[in-house]
Amino acid sequence: MEENKEAYWQENLRLIFICLAIWFVVSFGLGLLLVEPLNEFRLGGYKLGFWFAQQGSIYSFLGLIFWYGAKMNKLDKKYHAES
Amino acid sequence: MEELKLYTYIAVFGTFALYFAIAWWARAGSTSDFYVAGGGITPLQNGMAIGADWMSAASFISMAGMIAFMGYGGSVFLMGWTGGYVLLAMLLAPYMRKHGKFTVPEFIFDRYYSKTARIVAVACLIIASLTYIIGQMKGVGVAFSRFLEVDYGLGLGIGMFVVWVYAVLGGMKGITYTQIAQYVVMIFAYTIPAVFISLQLTGNPIPQLGLGSTLADGSGVYLLDKLDMVVTDLGFKEYTTASLGGGLNMFAYTMSLMIGTAGLPHVIMRFFTVPSVQAARASAGYALVFIGLLYTVAPAVGAMARLNLMNTIEPTAGQNLEYSERPQWFKDWERTGLLKYEDKNGDGKIQYTADAATNEMIKVDRDIMVLANPAIANLPNWVIALVAAGGLAAALSTAAGLLLAISSSISHDLMKGVLTPDLSEKNELLAGRVVMTIAILVSGYLGLNPPGFAAGTVALAFGLAASSIFPALMMGIFSKKMSGTAAISGMVAGIGVTMLYVFQHKGIMFIPGTSFLGDMGKDWFFGISPNAFGSVGALVNFGVAFVVLKFTGPAPAHIQAMVQNMRIPGDVSAAHDH
Repeated sequence: MEENKEAYWQENLRLIFICLAIWFVVSFGLGLLLVEPLNEFRLGGYKLGFWFAQQGSIYSFLGLIFWYGAKMNKLDKKYHAES
Repeated sequence: MEELKLYTYIAVFGTFALYFAIAWWARAGSTSDFYVAGGGITPLQNGMAIGADWMSAASFISMAGMIAFMGYGGSVFLMGWTGGYVLLAMLLAPYMRKHGKFTVPEFIFDRYYSKTARIVAVACLIIASLTYIIGQMKGVGVAFSRFLEVDYGLGLGIGMFVVWVYAVLGGMKGITYTQIAQYVVMIFAYTIPAVFISLQLTGNPIPQLGLGSTLADGSGVYLLDKLDMVVTDLGFKEYTTASLGGGLNMFAYTMSLMIGTAGLPHVIMRFFTVPSVQAARASAGYALVFIGLLYTVAPAVGAMARLNLMNTIEPTAGQNLEYSERPQWFKDWERTGLLKYEDKNGDGKIQYTADAATNEMIKVDRDIMVLANPAIANLPNWVIALVAAGGLAAALSTAAGLLLAISSSISHDLMKGVLTPDLSEKNELLAGRVVMTIAILVSGYLGLNPPGFAAGTVALAFGLAASSIFPALMMGIFSKKMSGTAAISGMVAGIGVTMLYVFQHKGIMFIPGTSFLGDMGKDWFFGISPNAFGSVGALVNFGVAFVVLKFTGPAPAHIQAMVQNMRIPGDVSAAHDH
């Protein structure tokens, strides 16, 4: 039982780590640190770095939260930890 | 003008009548109703309510205006005020919901087994929430005086009365359902003008796509390229690359707003209203859908408003507008003092440039961009009326959430928790309502007589949340060993350095002339501005807490067991007392 709880938590931590890495890359990475080189590329009328800072990062955040929620619901089932 | 006034009265008082009807239908009968809406809100409903709770007068009225004048630099607000929801969904909300209490200070008390910690948390919460409310109350007064030509004080009074009715009667339950209605009003009011303007400028009705499209004037030039060209010609910084005080400052600013968002108690509280851990995770997702809808439209509103403003003043290159031929909206806003013109070279035309010596638009207040936008674009009067109702919905919904956070921290944490533990449920409910009434009066007074430091205080609210509350909550969940002593030391150190930095720049409690250490340059810490310093404060908080933990020993075993229990969703009980 205790082992299961620990395993559940470790899987959760791994997921959080992946999600927050992506969270960091799409906002601080592509929107701020790498904005100048990315601005050489275009998405229609948007410079790409500018697009990530004002549009793309927000869409990515949305995707991340729902993906994390779906993965966690599966994890809850796997460990019979649903409420 | 008469038609506009009639439409505005219908929009504003029609929505107020709706809020009253909801308040009567959803009145609170128990402390559980009053603090957490009985714990029975669905994730979709909660997401919408969080959206209204979170998006304040600042988001609705000010943000697009800030982006319009900051360009790329305004991205810190877009990323900062949305990215915090990723942190909430993964690092705080599910575990705090599992623990199942009513308030944030109560969680801190349980986790750090210390009344001192609870009182520190109450103090942070009240300072952060009160400073925030002042802004909402000002927004209500301004919206009334601008659109209905009612006296500022009377407008404020009407706003206070409306909030009082549904917040005191309904508590969290009434506030939740009202916020859902307010979200709907707000999002229509924000997006409809944006759709019209995007259609006019680019032929594309979706503002997010319009911003990346070519102009509809047949030139084939991209809107953003045109804007870059227009502003740089007049000596302003290029729109799509203008930085906000350097790369590191933008980085720290974005991080501060993200962790500040995740640490604001009135937002966290909303996650206690859903029935399960899974529902708490889903709430964060839905919340960001509803917030993202406004936040992805805002950059389009900002850029298009800026372009429209520039085009009004200089319709064709080199042919500036005659002052005597200025449009009606220009005159309307001149009357408010938020727009000012001075004919410096005496040619009767309007010159708008980045050079202070020749610029004749001596004041263009950022806040007018969203409010004047429909008029600048010649949209019909009912759209302008809708914007007035939307601005009021944004201000009232946020004020109600903050008032609940304040009243619950006093009636539940200070009175029931510390001072008078034998308070009965019925009396606690009464106390909650009395405290909320007092809080409304205090915030109304502050809205009427805003203290001189009001402008600087939003930075203070985010600084407090980022440097004290967020780290304490996160360590409480992710480090079983974290002890009360260590966490309190971290909180005090985090708040300490943040306040020191803010006050050193802006004066103690923002009183000019009291900034100490006067020989240090502006933004001396690696170019980081005081508004962006919360993230540095948070780092100090984490650092100090772990060092103190190493020297003082871990939390007791029963606390570690409680943390273990928080981490697993199974056996979630309804949010309950004590």
